[in-house]
Amino acid sequence: MTNRIIPYLTSLADDELVLGHRDSEWTGYAPILEEDIAFSNIAQDELGHSLAFYTLAEKLGNSSPDTMAFDRPWQKFFCCRFVQYPKGDFAYTVMRQFLFDSAERVRMKSLGSSTYEPLRDCSSKILAEEAYHLMHTQALIERLGDATEESHNRMQSAAAAAFPQSLGMFEDFEGEDELVKQGIIVPSKDLKAEWLSFVVPLLERASLKLPVRGLEPDCIPDLGGRRGKHTEHLAHVVADLQKVYQMAPGANW
Amino acid sequence: MKTLTHHTLEDVWKALHDVKDPEIPVLSLVDLNVIRDVAIDGTGVSIRMVPTFSGCPALDMMRQEIVAKLREVGFGNIDVRVDRNAVWSTDELSDATRAKLREFGIAPPARKGNSLVAALMLPVECPFCHSKETRLEGEFGATLCKQLFYCDDCRQSFERFKPL
Repeated sequence: MTNRIIPYLTSLADDELVLGHRDSEWTGYAPILEEDIAFSNIAQDELGHSLAFYTLAEKLGNSSPDTMAFDRPWQKFFCCRFVQYPKGDFAYTVMRQFLFDSAERVRMKSLGSSTYEPLRDCSSKILAEEAYHLMHTQALIERLGDATEESHNRMQSAAAAAFPQSLGMFEDFEGEDELVKQGIIVPSKDLKAEWLSFVVPLLERASLKLPVRGLEPDCIPDLGGRRGKHTEHLAHVVADLQKVYQMAPGANW
Repeated sequence: MKTLTHHTLEDVWKALHDVKDPEIPVLSLVDLNVIRDVAIDGTGVSIRMVPTFSGCPALDMMRQEIVAKLREVGFGNIDVRVDRNAVWSTDELSDATRAKLREFGIAPPARKGNSLVAALMLPVECPFCHSKETRLEGEFGATLCKQLFYCDDCRQSFERFKPL
């Protein structure tokens, strides 16, 4: 019965792995040293979270975390399309990270009452680590949203691009109904509603406009990742993150 | 290598006190509270350890060092299992551990109790001059477990262990 959780765990782990890799692309390139350190740390945390989810899946009979991350074709990933897009400019990076961290907080909080104990334990640890990410990205949003004309324009473009993509985080998981019925997870649409009630007013306070009517999205959501319908970017980012492993598969480092 | 005739749990704990955190060498793995269960069976020993931060890259090194240390004191079969589900919190670090951190120049983590956010609002004492006129320079630091502060009194940067 519990092996029905594997596709769900894989989706969460894939989101963390791919976004973590995107964050790591700022190491050595971020606009200021503090942000270089921040995004390198955030990248490392996200990789840690992907490891936690892959490990839970392994205990249920799935392949090892290394196999899942480094020896699996991109066609078999189940990350949302949102995390696949290139890092863009720093405004887009900050916006994407904020939308992701706030969604992760809502999701991890909801897993605190999951009927599946290992997921409950795992979520409480991740929740504490994520608090630092959200504090950081939220502060950047609040400062950059209406600091100067350029910062506002860049953040506004980032919001317009990232928001429809970010709705893909709440696309139904494979086997979601069954997991909901067993009390393992909360329906994705409920998480989305809670998340919207947090991010929409916060971005509005930062003078950023979203394609919404009230708290309802008024745009076409960028879906497909949970069903394996990926962007053209996933193949490239997966090739990049698997490059070293694939030079000597199975080597003992 | 010496051979023990009678292995005791005490031998194991004593050895683990000698294995240090690779990133904070004044703390042993026991100080860090990452060793949870120890069981011995003849010359075999099995240990359950927990990671500090999920993404801590020092974990594998800690594991290898535990194995090397226990082999050195004469244990044969050494099984170190990493339990990623167990919760690890800085709230459980002892006063002695906190004092060691301070002496090493790292401000110890505030106790978060029920609210991490409230704990992060508390003033942080400079580990060098003990002033509380300090400010956060960045939520993150050189390793996952630390963040950067600056002391306005002694004008020195310092790190604080992140409350988790």
